[in-house]
Amino acid sequence: MDLNELVAKVKRQLEDVMDPELPFLTVKEMGMLRNVYFKDGHTVIEITPTYSGCPATDVITQSTLEAALVADPNAEVKVVMSPAWTTDWISEVARQKMEDHGIAPPIGQSHDRAFLTGDGKVIPCPKCKTKNTKMMSAFGSTACKASFTCLDCFEPFEHFKCI
Amino acid sequence: MNNTQLKDTLLRLGDDAMILAQRLGEWCGHAPILEEDIALTNVALDLIGQTQSYYTLAGKLNEDGVKTDDELAFFRTDMEYQNLLIVEQPNGHFGDTIIRQFLFDNFALLRAEHLASQTVNEDVAAIAAKAVKEIRYHADHSGKWVRRLGDGTKESHDKIQKSLNNIWKYTGEMFTADDTDKAAIEAGLLPDFETMKSQWDAAVDVVLKEAGLDRPEDSWMQQGGRRGVHTEHLGYILAEMQVLPRTYPDATW
Repeated sequence: MDLNELVAKVKRQLEDVMDPELPFLTVKEMGMLRNVYFKDGHTVIEITPTYSGCPATDVITQSTLEAALVADPNAEVKVVMSPAWTTDWISEVARQKMEDHGIAPPIGQSHDRAFLTGDGKVIPCPKCKTKNTKMMSAFGSTACKASFTCLDCFEPFEHFKCI
Repeated sequence: MNNTQLKDTLLRLGDDAMILAQRLGEWCGHAPILEEDIALTNVALDLIGQTQSYYTLAGKLNEDGVKTDDELAFFRTDMEYQNLLIVEQPNGHFGDTIIRQFLFDNFALLRAEHLASQTVNEDVAAIAAKAVKEIRYHADHSGKWVRRLGDGTKESHDKIQKSLNNIWKYTGEMFTADDTDKAAIEAGLLPDFETMKSQWDAAVDVVLKEAGLDRPEDSWMQQGGRRGVHTEHLGYILAEMQVLPRTYPDATW
């Protein structure tokens, strides 16, 4: 098998690796899969954690490796810190899937500081789509989410924070 | 900056975050409202993540063989910990915790911003670039609570003013450079402490003013954490944190 073919095969394997905390999204759709290449006799997969303390990072590293090993028994997973992961890397498809699953996706670009904390930003309710919502806490069930409540349908929901 | 000074600088970054995280973890299941229970433990989780990254780097520089992040966290004694005294202070009531967090967050943010932009150590810059994004949320959260409690009822105002007065004596240590810090500052790894102090003063003053709180006078400051001389609290924190790995050193998940 030529090298390009091997790398392509590993990449195909990685298409199915899911984020354990957002199990309807793949690690690739989340923008955590940074690079796949061949070096020194094996494929190297680079992934970037979302938050320093995200407990899912170990699981993601492990499941990425397991998926890659099917295609290349010598595959290696490297955790790369720089450049730091940003919500800008989350794909459009992933944003739509989040909304379909009741999580308000990140809005705008992370470098816009006003978007950082939810100040002055309108997060529409993922269920009834109203803009009449309120942030209850900048923190939520996982490191990456904030807690909101819809003031029209009164449904609590989570918002994936811009970072 | 020699190898030991770099290692100690990394350990301090990790130790500040580690001990504060341990303190915040004590709130799990005890915070006044559910949102705060989640928030404080989320902040703790970010800090543990930062600790892990800094410890991993520091462990590689260890003179007598590489140490893992877990070894550094669980098998050092209180006198080997170099964290600031402010982070080991007891949680007290919610206002005490918020004031401690607010004063530290604003310091940690300035320090991390510099660490992320410096070019002396790329590994540190990468960790700090991530940490900055997290600490901005922490500082925003603690600052909002300082405003809310200071500008709330008479009782909340009086209580948090007292919290502020009580902990103020631990703020001087954040900006006092010893030989290790001086070497790191000279190398460009850490920011100049005087500049950082004036930026911190400005950031803290804005919030205190909006909260209607009086900034305490800078007088005698309690110090010692950076050279391993701690308040009595650290020993108890470590006892709880380390008991399991010390009793069962080979335990795994």
